[in-house]
Amino acid sequence: MDAEMRVLDLLGLQGLIDTLRARGYAVVGPTVRDGAIVHAPIATIDDLPRGWGDDQDAAHYRLRRRADDALFGFAAGAQSPKPVLFPAEELIWRGRRTGEEFTVNEDGAERAGDEGPYALLGVRSCDLHALAIHDVVLLGRDHVDVRYAARRAGAFVVAVTCTAPGGTCFCASMGTGPRPDAGYDLALTELLDDGPHRFLVEVGTPRGEEVLAEVPTTSAPAHDVRAADDAVAWSVAHMGRTLDTDGIKEVLYANAESPRWDDVASLCLACTNCTLVCPTCFCTSVEDVADLTGDVAERRRVWDSCFSEDFSYIHGGAIRPEIRSRYRQWITHKLASWQDQFGMSGCVGCGRCITWCPAAIDITAEAAALRWTPQPAAGRS
Amino acid sequence: MTIQTQALPKLAVWKFASCDGCQLTLLNCEDELMALAGEVQIAYFPEATRAVVEGPYDVSLVEGSVTTPEEIERIGQVREMSRNVVTIGACATSGGIQALRNFGDIAEFRSVVYAHPEYLSTLARSTPISAHVDVDFELRGCPINKHQLLEVLAAYIQRRKPRIPTYSVCVECKRRGAVCVAVANGTPCLGPVTQAGCGALCPAFARGCYGCFGPQDSPNTAAMSDRLISLGMADDEVMRIYRTFNAASEPFRRESERHEPARDEEALT
Repeated sequence: MDAEMRVLDLLGLQGLIDTLRARGYAVVGPTVRDGAIVHAPIATIDDLPRGWGDDQDAAHYRLRRRADDALFGFAAGAQSPKPVLFPAEELIWRGRRTGEEFTVNEDGAERAGDEGPYALLGVRSCDLHALAIHDVVLLGRDHVDVRYAARRAGAFVVAVTCTAPGGTCFCASMGTGPRPDAGYDLALTELLDDGPHRFLVEVGTPRGEEVLAEVPTTSAPAHDVRAADDAVAWSVAHMGRTLDTDGIKEVLYANAESPRWDDVASLCLACTNCTLVCPTCFCTSVEDVADLTGDVAERRRVWDSCFSEDFSYIHGGAIRPEIRSRYRQWITHKLASWQDQFGMSGCVGCGRCITWCPAAIDITAEAAALRWTPQPAAGRS
Repeated sequence: MTIQTQALPKLAVWKFASCDGCQLTLLNCEDELMALAGEVQIAYFPEATRAVVEGPYDVSLVEGSVTTPEEIERIGQVREMSRNVVTIGACATSGGIQALRNFGDIAEFRSVVYAHPEYLSTLARSTPISAHVDVDFELRGCPINKHQLLEVLAAYIQRRKPRIPTYSVCVECKRRGAVCVAVANGTPCLGPVTQAGCGALCPAFARGCYGCFGPQDSPNTAAMSDRLISLGMADDEVMRIYRTFNAASEPFRRESERHEPARDEEALT
């Protein structure tokens, strides 16, 4: 939308939170817990990680104090909004047996909207792109995830430009950031220099405009618009990682039998962490549970992972018994076959799979190594 | 009113070398015990009742490892009179903490610990139940998890497969929204090589995983050790972190032996 840009000060940001809450939204945003930035309900700007930054590298995450009072001065947190809209575990239905009868008396889809609607505050551009991917994967196919649909339809998104990219970030390589370009109701860019602590606001939807009208803002002066552009340029220049996407699909497909898979398998713990922190990974299992009497039965949808041996189990055994096949499956899906399946990359460059891999495996390093690894056939003369 | 036409399945609970903690997990199912009593006949459970119903039994829960010649004989008898044998806990499934004897000299332990070692008849190694008889299902944990126990019991009552995942503790950590203690705090954690089941209890309280549920289905213990060493652990500490409740499980035993310090005698001579 081409609405005029506005400026919001700290009181204005509190006003935005108040307005969203008054409109019935459950506001969820970043906060500090257990040494990391995590998502939690936000009631006031004091709940936000004021003055906190982070250091991120492969298998390494540490919060650190910043020299300023930035509220969004950190890179990707421990999780994207994925657990909010696509929870780790949810009820599909619950039924009860009475005599010879069986009735479904709780439908998960009916409950899916109960906690919300959500207002997601502080969504980074990488995670915004991940939401767009989930919209295609979970809503755009023959079988819609009705529970995700219920949460997503009502969700209000306040995006924030990433002005403090981390050591494992590479959204600039993936074309997914750092400035939010679509998919938000409102987008903020935090400005701390040359004036009071303030936020440049861009409006993305009529709904966003309507909400913003209830919040005290001022017209954005040209130097604030420039300052936001400068912050974005600085961010792009300070990405910790890069990934060369040129022909990446062909690189992955050509390397199906690369010896590199054995190298990475020697490090990989098959712990599943990369997939569970990935904002686009969507693999789940459906579990049926019954109580001791067998009178109450439930069907639940739970997060699963291609790194679990059991995940590929079919009659007779697992399709991917070796860790090398699981890593190959994951990175090939993420960077290559996702393109064939959904017409887009499955990676948004948030860097979480690198930071939260306890074995320090780096998707950008693996992709680069595969690009330069001679193929087995070509390598032997 | 319906009349019970079919006899309830008979449940027996047996104890071998163990601390009784896993049997207590069954007794701790306070909210579910009445429901359980309605679905099974608790036929043999000395920890709970002196009343004994003769075998055979439909399901035998077996706690503890085999450490004496008498126990070898007794587990054979339990197997004979049980349709299904389900072993519960680290002792029964891998030999337990008492399998630390497997790495030492039992004669020496015996002479140091007991005033009259000659009264003692014991085996050189502590072994899981599956080393002696066929086992239908192994439920891991030190102690076992109450919800998993109820799931296994429900499965046997309803004659279906128990839904007990074999993936890592990390899955439970992430599902409950816990922050990784290894990555965010540098805390050594066995979670990546350990089977889920506890609900990621320790990591959720900012502690590293101790491996109570034994190795997950694809345990890359060598890579795990490299990471532990990079977090500052010494070789002998790495050896010890694998030598707890599941010390004798194959992947943990092998890995601990890779980190054994050179023997003192060798170093001295």
